[in-house]
Amino acid sequence: MNTALKPLVEIRNVEKRFGGDGGFLSSRQPEVKALNDVSLSVDKGDAFCLVGESGCGKSTLARTVIGLHPPSNGEILYDGERIDTLSQQEKRPFTRKMQMIFQNPYASLNPRMTVMQTLEEPLRIHRPELSRQQVREKVEEVMLSVGNDPAWGERYPHEFSGGQRQRISIARALMLDPEFVVADEPISALDVSIQAQVLNVMMDAQEQRHLTYLFITHDLSVVEHFGSRVAVMYLGTVCELADTRSLFATPRHPYTQALLSAIPKMSEEGAGHIKMTGEVPTAMNLPSGCVFHPRCPHANDRCRKEVPDFLDNGETQTACFAVEEGRL
Amino acid sequence: MALLTVRNLEVEFPLGRKTLQALYGVDFSLEKGERLGIVGESGTGKSVAAFSILNLLSKPGRISRGEILFEGSDLATLNDDAMRDIRGNRISMIFQDPMMTLNPVLTIGTQMIECLKAHRNISREAAREIAISKLKEVMIPSPENRMDSYPHELSGGMRQRVVIAIALLTDPSIIIADEPTTALDVTIQAEIMVLMLELCKNNSVGLILITHDLAVVSQVTERVMVMYAGRVVEEGPTRDVIQNPQHPYTRGLIKALPQENRPGSRLNQIRGSMPALDAIPAGCAFNPRCDYADGECLKAIPPLLGKKGHKATCLHTDRIPPFESARQEVST
Ligand SMILES: Nc1ncnc2c1ncn2[C@@H]1O[C@H](COP(=O)(O)OP(=O)(O)OP(=O)(O)O)[C@@H](O)[C@H]1O
Ligand SMILES: Nc1ncnc2c1ncn2[C@@H]1O[C@H](COP(=O)(O)OP(=O)(O)OP(=O)(O)O)[C@@H](O)[C@H]1O
Ligand code: SF4
Ligand SMILES: [Mg+2]
Ligand SMILES: [Mg+2]
Repeated sequence: MNTALKPLVEIRNVEKRFGGDGGFLSSRQPEVKALNDVSLSVDKGDAFCLVGESGCGKSTLARTVIGLHPPSNGEILYDGERIDTLSQQEKRPFTRKMQMIFQNPYASLNPRMTVMQTLEEPLRIHRPELSRQQVREKVEEVMLSVGNDPAWGERYPHEFSGGQRQRISIARALMLDPEFVVADEPISALDVSIQAQVLNVMMDAQEQRHLTYLFITHDLSVVEHFGSRVAVMYLGTVCELADTRSLFATPRHPYTQALLSAIPKMSEEGAGHIKMTGEVPTAMNLPSGCVFHPRCPHANDRCRKEVPDFLDNGETQTACFAVEEGRL
Repeated sequence: MALLTVRNLEVEFPLGRKTLQALYGVDFSLEKGERLGIVGESGTGKSVAAFSILNLLSKPGRISRGEILFEGSDLATLNDDAMRDIRGNRISMIFQDPMMTLNPVLTIGTQMIECLKAHRNISREAAREIAISKLKEVMIPSPENRMDSYPHELSGGMRQRVVIAIALLTDPSIIIADEPTTALDVTIQAEIMVLMLELCKNNSVGLILITHDLAVVSQVTERVMVMYAGRVVEEGPTRDVIQNPQHPYTRGLIKALPQENRPGSRLNQIRGSMPALDAIPAGCAFNPRCDYADGECLKAIPPLLGKKGHKATCLHTDRIPPFESARQEVST
C-alpha cells in the first residue's frame, strides 16, 4: 500500500445498532448490533471489496458510509473531512461525489419514470445551472459510455432485461461524475453471461473516470478478479483485511480460510472444504469474545472471553488469537 | 433402458391469442443413480423442463408433445391420482425456496410423518422413526427435538436440510433440485451441495440439478445438459463439456467466468442478449450472438450431433478452433 496517499474514505471505529433504544412509550425491539467497531480506509483508485455471509453487516456499512443512516458511534471521513455529522445542506457537495448502485435492478428504478427522466433527475437536483440541451448531452454521453443505446430514453424500466436495467442504474450513478461509487451486490441478481457485461462496464468506468469503488459481493471469484483490496466481515466485525492477492494467497483468519475453501472449483469433484461447527449466530445475540468462536475449529478459552485486536502479520491484517499466538 | 427418458418434449403457454412455446423437442435421459446437471441462461426453460416431469407446470403451461417415460409409464399422460403416487414418492423435488415445501404452521415432525403416511401403509411410530433417521442423515443436530420445531425456528440452511430429508423420506429413485442453494450463504451452499452429493451417491438416488453455477455442476454431476432458448444445445459428460465445450454458447458461458480471465482484465462477454420466447430467430437460435455464424446458420436448425455421448447443436463444430482454457483457480 502506498502510504503517501491520503485515504479517500476513512471509516473509524464505526458502530451501528438498530432498535433497542425504545423510549418511554415505544415498544421495545431487541437490539441488533449490526456493526461493531469497524475501521477501514479506502484509497483513491481502489476497488475495495467487502465480503461475508448474509447478515454480517455489509449493506449496513455501505449505507452508513454513504450517509443513508448515521453511525451510532464512530466517524466517517471523506477526503479528510468528517461527514457523518454534517447537516443535509452541508452534505450536498459530498452527495454529488458519492453515489450508490443497489443490488436489485428490478426495484431500484422507478417504474413510472422513463429512462430519460430517471437519468435527468440527479442533474435537476444537483446541477440546476445546466440548460435542457446540456442535460440531454450529458445523458447521451453517459448512456454511451456504459454501452446503452441513448434511444432507450423514452422507454420504461419494465421493457428492459436485468442486465440492461443494471446498466441504466450504473448510468444514473455516473450522471453527477462521482469520485466514489458504492455498489451493493450489483451483479448478484444477473445471469453469469450478463454479470461479465456489467463488470466490464464498471471496470471501464473506473478507468475512464478514475473512480474509487466500495464493492459488496459474496462471489469470491469476482473479488479476485475485480478487487484491489478486500475486507472480510463476520457478524458486524472485520476479521481480515488485505490486498486481494495476499488474501487469496495467504488467508490467515479461520473464517477467511473456511470461506475460501467453500469456493467450488471447476476442476475437481466434491472438493473437501473446511467444515465449520456450530450454528450461525445472529447480530441480535452476539457471542462473547471473538464473534467467530462458536464456529471456529481453533477456538480456545481466551477466544471465548476476549475480543482479538487487529494485528498486521506482514501479509494480512487479522483479528484472531490463534494467529496472534502462532497456533495457526 | 434408462430410468427416466424424456423424448421430444414440447411445452407451451397459451396466452390469449398467442401461444408461447417454451421447449422445443427436448430429449434427455437419466440412468439409475446418475447425476445430471442442467445449465443455461435465465428464461431458457430449465425449470419448465424439470417441472413438466412432475406435472408441476404453472398455469397455463401444458405439454403439447413428447413423452416422459419412467418405470413403465408415460408421465406426460398420467392422471392426477397416478401422478400424486409418483410425486414426492418415487420422484422428489427440491426448490430454491425451502418454504415452497415446508408448511409454516406445522412442525417438522408432523410434516414428515404425514408425508410418509400418505405414501406408505405404516404406523405413526414407524413413520416417526424413519423421519428421525432421515434428519440424522442430513446432519440435523438432536433430530428428536427438531421434530417439534416449526420452520421459522430454523435457519435457512437448516430448513433446506429438512427439505432434503423430506425429499429422501420415501427412498425416491430421482431427486429434482431447482437451484437448491441459491438462496443460501456461500459457506452453507458448499455444505449442502456436498451433503446432497454424498446422499445421492450412497443411496444411488438419481439427481437432476438445475443451477447457473458451472463450478457446482462440475463438482456434483456426471453429465450436463446446456440449454438455450428452449432447446438442448449441448450435452455430455460434465468433464468433457467443461474442458472442451463444443457449442459457441457453452464456450461463451465458460469464457465469461472470472476464473477464465486474467485478474483485472475485461471479461470475455457474449454479445447481445437472449431473445424473447416470441422472437426466437430462425435457424440456430444463437446465430445473432455467435462469432462463427454464417448464412447457413440463419436457415437450418442444427441437429444434436457428436461422439462418445458428447453432443452439440452447431453446424460448424468442425470449423471452430479447439477450446483453450485459461482457467486460474482461486489458490487455496
Ligand atoms: N433497518 C434495520 N433495522 C433493524 N435491523 C437491521 C436493519 N438493517 C439491517 N439490520 C440487521 O443488521 C444486520 C446486518 O444486516 P445487513 O443488511 O447489513 O447484512 P448484509 O451483510 O448486507 O447481508 P446480505 O448479504 O444478506 O445483504 C442483520 O442482522 C439485519 O437483520
Ligand atoms: N406461467 C407462465 N406463463 C408464461 N410464460 C412462462 C410461464 N412460466 C414460464 N414461462 C416462460 O417460459 C420460459 C422458460 O422459463 P423457465 O422458468 O423454465 O426458465 P429458467 O431457464 O428456469 O430460468 P431461470 O434461470 O431464470 O430460473 C421463460 O421465458 C418464461 O418466461
Ligand atoms: S480468535 Fe479464536 S475463535 Fe476467533 S477466529 Fe481466531 S481462533 Fe477462531
Ligand atoms: Mg446486503
Ligand atoms: Mg428456473
